[in-house]
Amino acid sequence: MLEIVDLKVEVEGKIILEHIDLEVPEGKTYILFGPNGSGKTSLLRTIMGFSGYNVVEGKIYFKGKDITDLPINERARMGIGMSFQHPPAIDGIKVKDLLKICGAKDEEIPELARKVNFEHFLDRDVNVGFSGGEIKRSEILQLMAQQPDLLLIDEPESGVDLENIPLIGRVLNFLLKGINGNGKKYCLREEREARKRSGLIITHTGYILDYVDADLATVLFHGRIACSGNPRELLKGISEHGYEECVKCIRM
Amino acid sequence: MYKDVIIPDVDEFKHEGGEHEYIDDLEQLSEEDRQQMILAGIDVKEEQRSGTYIQEDQSVVHCKAKQEGVEVMDVRTALEKHEWLKDYMWSGVNPEADEYTKKAYEKPHYGYFIRVLPGVKTTYPVQACLYLETDNLSQNVHNIIIAEEDSELHIITGCATKPHLQSGLHIGISEFFVKKGAKLSFTMIHNWAEGVYVRPRSVAMVEEDGLFVNNYISLRNVKSLQMYPTTHLNGPNAIARYNSILVAPEGSHMDVGGRVILKREGCRAEIVARTLSTGGKIIARGHLVGEVPGIKAHLECKGLILGDGLIHAIPELEGKAPDLEMSHEAAVGRIGQEEIEYLMARGLSEDEATSVIVRGFLNVDIKGLPEQLQREIDRAIEQGEGKFF
Repeated sequence: MLEIVDLKVEVEGKIILEHIDLEVPEGKTYILFGPNGSGKTSLLRTIMGFSGYNVVEGKIYFKGKDITDLPINERARMGIGMSFQHPPAIDGIKVKDLLKICGAKDEEIPELARKVNFEHFLDRDVNVGFSGGEIKRSEILQLMAQQPDLLLIDEPESGVDLENIPLIGRVLNFLLKGINGNGKKYCLREEREARKRSGLIITHTGYILDYVDADLATVLFHGRIACSGNPRELLKGISEHGYEECVKCIRM
Repeated sequence: MYKDVIIPDVDEFKHEGGEHEYIDDLEQLSEEDRQQMILAGIDVKEEQRSGTYIQEDQSVVHCKAKQEGVEVMDVRTALEKHEWLKDYMWSGVNPEADEYTKKAYEKPHYGYFIRVLPGVKTTYPVQACLYLETDNLSQNVHNIIIAEEDSELHIITGCATKPHLQSGLHIGISEFFVKKGAKLSFTMIHNWAEGVYVRPRSVAMVEEDGLFVNNYISLRNVKSLQMYPTTHLNGPNAIARYNSILVAPEGSHMDVGGRVILKREGCRAEIVARTLSTGGKIIARGHLVGEVPGIKAHLECKGLILGDGLIHAIPELEGKAPDLEMSHEAAVGRIGQEEIEYLMARGLSEDEATSVIVRGFLNVDIKGLPEQLQREIDRAIEQGEGKFF
């Protein structure tokens, strides 16, 4: 699904990512760990194609095609969807208008919004005066409308109050499984087989691991991939010893 | 890059001529005139209007009221009918204010008189259209609008020109009187042409508990537009709201503002302007004057520049008493790359994203406006949109 080969990225004259090799296969969900400033968000933004993130070396392939130089909207049209940590507010554009832009049909919008308790926000201007948790729900809702094949999720749980984390977690899980929470029950095997979507999720707390079946985790440290492994084991190591120790241990 | 406009002398325009015949039915208008008027918000079928006034150049070509308690006439006929009207004429606007006002005083060419009787509420808006047809002509109108006590009146006025008009001058004196407890909304959609000079001069007087909503939309080329409508909130708890949506394409010069003077306790005023320059120059002024304690007033002016445009925002607050609440926010800039890329990540191309953001920017939700009029504004923006880039 996504293949990153020896990627080197520069922002405002500074190298912020180097020697990044990462492959996210179809149907797999990967977690990105790393301390603040390690390059996690930059990696997602580079994959999405944002300006200011200059690929100096290496390639990004999506569905087998080199997308390194494609504009953002073409990547989106190929099936990459991203949820933003700090999206801009857009005056005069209502949430429901944006959902239509994302690809939702008029009639399905209220039902989609209900799944993230967002019905009352459909007529609000996008991100104008939204709280952290409201932004998260709005972002997830847009992805539900967009139905991308690769989900790039930046800290889905940050700013969300504890009681809303299960909601975000469940919806995100549905989204990753490509079943959009339509109420139908699937057994575990069916679910796994049905999974065609891939995900790359940044998390600090790991709360999201309680809801999402993550296959692998990767730790970014100073712009490089430090190690990869089982998401829960890595999280345990990081929370017990901190990133410095964790990285050291792996290097030894 | 932007070049300043040289304003010709008012006497370089003809102030005589430009006569047109009266028509009984707007269906008799030529197709091109009809299309121009529709773009300025005029309902040529008159189905959802409580009255109509159409003036072409210097002639009244159509005028009628369709609702009991609503009067629509040309101002000369109204002066003959109502002895008292002469006391209203020029009570708000000083004829000596400038050369344009003076010209409208000396050489008036009709104008409309719209009045609703006490307690009457218009079912539909009353529409008026001032149309320029003859090249190099000056159209000098004087309009009087009266909303009597506890009445409610909505007016949509469209100004337009014949397609390909080379040059012209429009001078429009408007005096508004909002009586005790009355509500008046005045929505002006301008559709001028590249060679037209426009000088509206308006003053509103609002009494106790009265509400005056003044909406101004101009999305097309105009050589030079200059106006500074003034509202006097003379009675306690009177309210004024101005909303302006302005687009200045290359070659357009707009100097537009609004002034509200809050004179009694409980008065409130709000001035909201959205200005977009796609190459023209916009001076966006606003002036709020609070004369007594306990008033509230806010001014908001947002400007967006695409290409080589120029926007100069001049918000002014003048407080003359303690305990008043006056504020403003002004911002001028271009569209943030972050906003564009956010929408691109949802699948829009860069141009589409820009267009969506611009439309959102111009989309002002106007409180207290009938839905039909909001629709006219939305439609004007939609139709103008293709020409913004």
